[in-house]
Amino acid sequence: MSASPAMPAMRLLSGNHACALGAIAAGCRFFAGYPITPSSEIAERLSRGLPEVDGVFVQMEDEIASIAAVIGASMGGVKAMTATSGPGFSLKQENLGYAAGAEIPCVIVNVMRGGPSTGMPTRPAQGDIMQARWGSHGDYPIIVLAPASVREIYTETIRAFDLAETLRTPVVVLYDQVIAQLTETVELAGANGGTGGARSERKWASGPPDAYRPYAANEDGIPAMSRPGAGYRVHTTGLNHAENGFPTQDPEAVSRNLGRLLAKFDRHRDVIDSWQALGCEDAEVVIVTIGISARAAMRAIEISRARGVRVGLFRPITLWPFPEKALREATAKARAVLVPEMNAGQLNLEVERLLGGAPVDAIHRFNGEPITPAEIAERAESLAKTPHAKVTSSRQARWQAR
Amino acid sequence: MMLDSAAEFDVRDYLRAEMMPHFLCPGCGHGIALRALLWAVHELGIDKDKLAVVSGIGCAGRLSAYIDANTFHVTHGRPIAYATGLALARPDLHVVVITGDGDCLAIGGNHLIHACRRNLKLTCLMLNNEVYGMTGGQVSPTTTEMRLTTTTPLGNTEPHFDACALAAAAGAGFVGREVTHHVPKLKELIRAGLEHPGFAFVEVLTDCTEIFGRKNEMGSSPEMMLRQKSDLRPSAYRDSVDTPFRPNNLATGILTRIERPEYGAAYRRAAAAAKAAAAKSSAARSAATPRKGTA
Repeated sequence: MSASPAMPAMRLLSGNHACALGAIAAGCRFFAGYPITPSSEIAERLSRGLPEVDGVFVQMEDEIASIAAVIGASMGGVKAMTATSGPGFSLKQENLGYAAGAEIPCVIVNVMRGGPSTGMPTRPAQGDIMQARWGSHGDYPIIVLAPASVREIYTETIRAFDLAETLRTPVVVLYDQVIAQLTETVELAGANGGTGGARSERKWASGPPDAYRPYAANEDGIPAMSRPGAGYRVHTTGLNHAENGFPTQDPEAVSRNLGRLLAKFDRHRDVIDSWQALGCEDAEVVIVTIGISARAAMRAIEISRARGVRVGLFRPITLWPFPEKALREATAKARAVLVPEMNAGQLNLEVERLLGGAPVDAIHRFNGEPITPAEIAERAESLAKTPHAKVTSSRQARWQAR
Repeated sequence: MMLDSAAEFDVRDYLRAEMMPHFLCPGCGHGIALRALLWAVHELGIDKDKLAVVSGIGCAGRLSAYIDANTFHVTHGRPIAYATGLALARPDLHVVVITGDGDCLAIGGNHLIHACRRNLKLTCLMLNNEVYGMTGGQVSPTTTEMRLTTTTPLGNTEPHFDACALAAAAGAGFVGREVTHHVPKLKELIRAGLEHPGFAFVEVLTDCTEIFGRKNEMGSSPEMMLRQKSDLRPSAYRDSVDTPFRPNNLATGILTRIERPEYGAAYRRAAAAAKAAAAKSSAARSAATPRKGTA
């Protein structure tokens, strides 16, 4: 017997399992994927879950075909997702750019593992922070969400679909191997991972087909999409296109449509931006990080505060576009900022850029070992004493000093 | 009657007038293939609203923009993969792929062979002009031996693909080839492909007069088309009557037609059966009286 819909179902789940259930709860009815560690559990779970809700799962011949099939399904009007890890994420980049440029909603989960290349398939890393934003060619906007717990993987996967559908954009859900395979308690949106109530839907074209402009800006900058079979018979292309959807090289038409696309998120930042600020009000040192490193930072804050050093955490949940206003507010009173991350230096570059000259130090690790709370606490406490001491050191020196 | 249906068919009913003039070179055979496709669509009475055309990159890829249907011009080599998602998500649509020899056999070769194996209902129209025309005339996987291209200045020394043999070997249930000289036959072949209940692969030999023909001194478009006509024979005719002098020795007509389970329908049947079984066992569980004393 299923639980009453009013009663939230508590489940003990791995991160990847929660991702699959979040997708179904969000209304995902198509998944195409290719096996890759450490994300394969998402595909495995959806291969069972999607047919139960009249959805379709298909294992494609490669990573490129997987994202292509997902975009194809979405062009048919169905909420669609794929999941992968670093090497596969690299392969998907060209078509991810297509989805961004042609404004086709879709969700791409990237479970980060060691890199470059095949790297360390079963070890965690956070080396795809920049690839997630800049991986495809040309100028395009994209949304990247960075959950830090199993529960948050569930809720952020749901939010990824809502943002993808309402803003007509690919959305990346980015988390690391540790959280992917961590087991935690999750409160599901509805009984048995059900629908959890009405979800945000795509803006569909209405009105006479003759008057329909597939890439009209509308008042909110989001063009209404047409569903094949509804009488609109439009053209969708990866070539630069005019408002009518057909290819153009007219500089004015390209500027207008691409300009609208690049500015598309600006007036929707209230729904896109999401972050967690923990103890930043009185913090001498604010830690900025995501994923498993943020989980370590939460413990580090407790350790340091017990020793009388006020440390806070700013955690972007929406990683891209980066919640810069919130970051500036959270760090306004801090003496220094510390960015611990499992890569050779990515997030710290954005934080340094946004904070323009403020003391920003970093802990970088790329050997497959998570950064420990004790390490973060120790560095934060030393920064509280001498905020400028580490900042002048080169990244190389920071690695060697570790 | 062939002539009657030809009289009823007006290609302009299926084209986007606002996209004219088209961008194909004078003498290019792609337009003939496009017309044959639309003629077949017309004869089958396929609703334009239910027709989805997915095309890749290259000269063939640009054709989708001219068709008054739901058209998707996607990334290089990937139209079959996009079409797979679209057709699985929307089994109510007629999904047609238009691709070229480079798009389909080189960068997209993996998708082709797996689509043949998977047997999802799709019609794949591969326009083979033996060359990468859009990029200026480089060698392709179907360029015949010793032909000159911008990247084979010494003559092509790579063997070419027989695309139909490849598709058939990969398991395609419907495989056929035709030349642009035989327009009604081409239409009939595409029509048979559209009617096939599974993955259908149709290769159309078209002439790239401006680039490939000029480089190889193959003459005007009519000369290139006549050469295709005289070089190619239906397989039975070829075997019994004469030996074509053209080295690729390609047969035309329907080359393979086997009915295999269609992937989408098979998937939906399996899903429905699993749901029915789950509902039955759930009903049986709730009906059963709690048992006592069993471990």
